[in-house]
Amino acid sequence: MITKLGVATAYVSDYDQALDFFIGKLGFELRTDVTMENGFRWLTVGPPASPEFQLNLTVPGPPAHDEHTAALLRELMAKGALGAGAWNTDDCRATYAEYVARGVEFIQEPAERPYGVEAVFRDDFGNWYSLNELNDKALDQQAMTEAFEPGPK
Amino acid sequence: MSAGPSGAAAVETLVALRHARDFVDRHYAEPLELADIAAAAGYSRYHLVRAFKAAYGETPGRYLQRRRVERAQELLRVADLNVTEICHLVGFTSLGSFSRLFSELVGVSPSRFQRDALASGPRLIPGCYVLMWGRPSPTGAPNTAIAEKPAAARPT
Repeated sequence: MITKLGVATAYVSDYDQALDFFIGKLGFELRTDVTMENGFRWLTVGPPASPEFQLNLTVPGPPAHDEHTAALLRELMAKGALGAGAWNTDDCRATYAEYVARGVEFIQEPAERPYGVEAVFRDDFGNWYSLNELNDKALDQQAMTEAFEPGPK
Repeated sequence: MSAGPSGAAAVETLVALRHARDFVDRHYAEPLELADIAAAAGYSRYHLVRAFKAAYGETPGRYLQRRRVERAQELLRVADLNVTEICHLVGFTSLGSFSRLFSELVGVSPSRFQRDALASGPRLIPGCYVLMWGRPSPTGAPNTAIAEKPAAARPT
């Protein structure tokens, strides 16, 4: 039985810029940085409050991707089509202010949602992420159904 | 995708177009001109419309309309505000054109949509909160206005 998510992947276009963004701007920690014999670099970072989670940062290309696939991924990143998940925070508005001051690009300011307070930002490569301060209804299926599904006609 | 310019040029174009699209996401509640959106990409209006449509399948103007209507849907669902207040809050200046466009895109009128939403549950968010957090920031502020998050993350 699976117990929790350990590693997720975000595509980036440059490893050093990725470290600048995730460590310098988001305040993540370096988890692993290993370059293998074939040149593949396994680079992971994560929020200090989630010591067991690793966000893997990968530049599209060999050996994982053929050139055509890598080009498609670069285009999807560039046009902003890729999202790599939703981060949780205890205080969305405070984290928003902190990140804006560090130059993180937000496409949505903190806003009240049925499931809490949410903002949306992009990393420096075009990927978007939610930044959520969840409330006690967020995982309540009944409350979310009432909030999002149309009522009786 | 990949049908147009290839490689680095394509990526550069798409990044510029993303900036235009994100500009709409941030500033939709303000009176936006096509020239403003084009400037965010560093393109002429003509070039922006063509390239934007090629990348995203719709014109920037249509994207702005959909963004405003999407935000209106969210507010009609959850906020204790009336249709006219929401119309203006999301960037429309005329209630008539808002209602027409909303009905075209959603299939029901804004007031019908709000009635249906209200029937399924109480409004969760007091109107004053939305007015505090939902109105556009002063022009020139780095991150103005709320925007729809990409659709994939919305619980439906």
